[in-house]
Amino acid sequence: MSTTTVAHHDDHAEHPTGIMRWLTTTNHKDIGTMYLTFSLIMFFVGGAMILAIRAELFQPGLQLINPEFFNQLIGVHALIMIFAALMPAATGFANWMIPLQIGAPDMALPRLNNWGFWLLPPSAILLTLPFTLAMFGIGDGALATGWTFYPPLSVQGGIGVDFAIFAVHLLGISSVLGSINIIVTLFNMRAPGMTLMKMPLFAWGWLITAFLLVATIPVLAGAVTMLLTDRHFGTHFFDAAGGGDPVMFQHLFWFFGHPEVYILLLPVWGFIPQILETFSRKPMYGYKAQVYSFWAIGALSVVVWAHHFFTSGMPVPALLYFMYSTMAISLPLAVMFFCWIKTMWKGSMSFETPMLFTVGWIILFGIGGLTGLVLADVAADAQYHNSYFVVAHFHYTLFAGGIMGIMAGVYFWLPKMTGHMYNEKLGKIHFWLTAISFNLTFIPQFFLGLAGMPRRIPDYALQFAEFNMISSIAAFVLGLSQLLFVYNIVSCVKGGKKATDQVWEGAKGLEWTLPSPPPYHSFTEQPTVK
Amino acid sequence: MRGFTKISLALSAMPASFAAHADYAWNFPEPVTPMALDTLHVHNKFMLITMVIFFVVLAIMIYSIFAHRKSKNFKAVKDKTPSTAMEIFWTLVPFAILLLIDFVIMGIPAYHSVIMMEDTRDKATMVVKVTGSQWRWQYEYLDGDAKGIKFVSNLSTPKEQTDKGYQGKKDEQYLLEVDNRLVLPVGEKVRILMTATDVMHNWWVPQFGSSRLAVPGFLRETWVQVDKAGTYRGQCKELCGKGHGYMPVVVDAVPMEEYKAWVVAKKEEMAKASAGADKEWTKDALIAEGKGVYEKNCAVCHQVSGAGLPPAFPALTGSKVALGPIFDADGKYLKDGHLDRVLNGIRVMPGWKALLNDTEIAAVITYERNALGNSVGDVLQPAQVKAARQ
Repeated sequence: MSTTTVAHHDDHAEHPTGIMRWLTTTNHKDIGTMYLTFSLIMFFVGGAMILAIRAELFQPGLQLINPEFFNQLIGVHALIMIFAALMPAATGFANWMIPLQIGAPDMALPRLNNWGFWLLPPSAILLTLPFTLAMFGIGDGALATGWTFYPPLSVQGGIGVDFAIFAVHLLGISSVLGSINIIVTLFNMRAPGMTLMKMPLFAWGWLITAFLLVATIPVLAGAVTMLLTDRHFGTHFFDAAGGGDPVMFQHLFWFFGHPEVYILLLPVWGFIPQILETFSRKPMYGYKAQVYSFWAIGALSVVVWAHHFFTSGMPVPALLYFMYSTMAISLPLAVMFFCWIKTMWKGSMSFETPMLFTVGWIILFGIGGLTGLVLADVAADAQYHNSYFVVAHFHYTLFAGGIMGIMAGVYFWLPKMTGHMYNEKLGKIHFWLTAISFNLTFIPQFFLGLAGMPRRIPDYALQFAEFNMISSIAAFVLGLSQLLFVYNIVSCVKGGKKATDQVWEGAKGLEWTLPSPPPYHSFTEQPTVK
Repeated sequence: MRGFTKISLALSAMPASFAAHADYAWNFPEPVTPMALDTLHVHNKFMLITMVIFFVVLAIMIYSIFAHRKSKNFKAVKDKTPSTAMEIFWTLVPFAILLLIDFVIMGIPAYHSVIMMEDTRDKATMVVKVTGSQWRWQYEYLDGDAKGIKFVSNLSTPKEQTDKGYQGKKDEQYLLEVDNRLVLPVGEKVRILMTATDVMHNWWVPQFGSSRLAVPGFLRETWVQVDKAGTYRGQCKELCGKGHGYMPVVVDAVPMEEYKAWVVAKKEEMAKASAGADKEWTKDALIAEGKGVYEKNCAVCHQVSGAGLPPAFPALTGSKVALGPIFDADGKYLKDGHLDRVLNGIRVMPGWKALLNDTEIAAVITYERNALGNSVGDVLQPAQVKAARQ
């Protein structure tokens, strides 16, 4: 009797089973798994919305959906993909991997961690509920302003806007809680000997992301709250008739919105070099240079916001300032690209699925970055702004740069998480289908934008027909290919070849010293780092 | 620049093989203003630079991918940890290259373009005010001979073509045709003042290279100088509600003499229309006139049948407003009465005071009260509307 008690005391591996395990868990891996699962589900929800849109845009004329519904789908698609697919995926990895990488038994604030996750499902429901309510004749559907909530359109809108405002509040609280947890964990729970400048790059990426979230989410929360009071309590923050200014909302929104891009990308920039060094069998080049680049990008990201609305009208000095400061972001990014390629250079590379996704990621994210540099030019931006050129650009940064990066991470860490190898052949097919159909979806959109097709229109002139058709077909291939991804993950969770502790020949770092899958409480004995 | 032209030529030759009649465009449409020309040059130059960066880096990477693989038994070099000084040096090389590209090669032409784009006043010979509202543009000439000309420009693609499920043939300029075009003289610098009445819109003609947000309650400005006669088309490019895809911009740029003749004709037309306001109209004439006004302006929301799209857009058939009295005992129009609603709008509904003339407002109200399943039987005369405006 006494021995079992001691054994229990040692590993604390007992936990409730069934649904209660997941509702009450404070374990970083359980919560990480829930984040990742939630993210995957919402990825498909958001994807289904955009496929409805691509089906409508397959040819000119209205075929399937009304303009009102079209406007609701585009905004909710974006909010779901950003807040409910991409961000939870990054947080899921943080939960799973940060304690493993820094040699900690768990996250520093486990209950807060649980709460942070369980705020997500209600906010996803808040975002999508107005669609269902509208079917029963309550309200006129979801947020129809695009994900940016611009007033006065959002002041004019129906209950969908209110639902979205509350959803954003909850999502914001969840993000801030997660960020606080990560900051506290990284500052207090690193293994002895692991100084900040020895911390794995993924942890560094997340540390900067966490600070950006804590700094900018409150601004977004404030902005949408002002919107809420404008809508219901007679304030005039964004109404010229009462002394307000609609463009002020754009400033507030993008003060959050631009750092948000780096919030989504920094965790990916963190683990991409780790994947590169693993499959190049050679330590990453320029660790310090990359950490300093993270700092530089973190700092720059909060001072460039107005390049999202150059055409809203601002003084010439402001235009010039925002143009040049935006261009400056390419400097640290150039350093990072250099470090990635230098890590590959003269390595002994092999191309398993995570490496394929990583190489594809570097190329496609490169296109996103370079088109971003061109977009920073104020004069040319007058043409690009709100055209399909911009749509293509930010899908290169957020689908290629974000989601494909996350996929690289999934294939990289899945054997560690589940203890099984995934199906390599299927993984490679998934990569090629994704990469090719992604490009076929979005390259035509660059040309559509240049030719003058505005974004967010439900129907278009005949001259845009051919490219839209190509884009729509490719989008469906892209969407359907993701079913392979799910199949591969599910079968890997269920079984498969046993994974070794190190999993990959070139893998280095504390997480690869633990068994696959790691024990319920990761490090029961604190490792030391030399 | 030449390199880019070659690349784009090569690219545009490609699709010809697989779709002979397809209409592919690979770059900005032909520029017709100094600003659009400048934008195209800047765009081509920057695209060329970024493509060079991209392909050089890609080539290095692809070389490495093929040369340095495990399957070829390439052994990873044992990097000795580089000294901090070496690491800083090497990582500063790409930094310095980008510094040069960003702030000199790209930065300097970009600076000049911004200055040119924002110079709205120098040598501007005329001013046109553009007002966006859901979902139409209104143009007003503010000075010179044309002063006082003011009209609304609506989408004129037949409604059945834009309806859901329409299968037939579409007009060549589907979604890009309007009833009243903005007319501008060729070669003159026109200062454009931009505003909106309800939500934000963005007046954009790709061949002009200028686009500016129209913000309700504020005036923004931009300019155009069309150097080539022709018809130019564009669209609103700021999401402005359900009709966002249905508010095109069409501009006719014509030689000065033609423009002057147009001004004279337009003024006559307007004088005739306002004369119509002073005469007594018959009920049938008003209803006939009102049907056109209704279907062009009101049917988007309230539907051709008057059934509306509740709850956002109420039905007019049987509506309390459309059946209720217009004037009180003193002859003043009632607050929340039919005329008040049409003149001033409410919530999502725009006020039509500035968009429709007296005759049109009288006609549309008479139509709504005596058609669409309603039969109040009364007539609202243009003169009454004119009086109500004062």
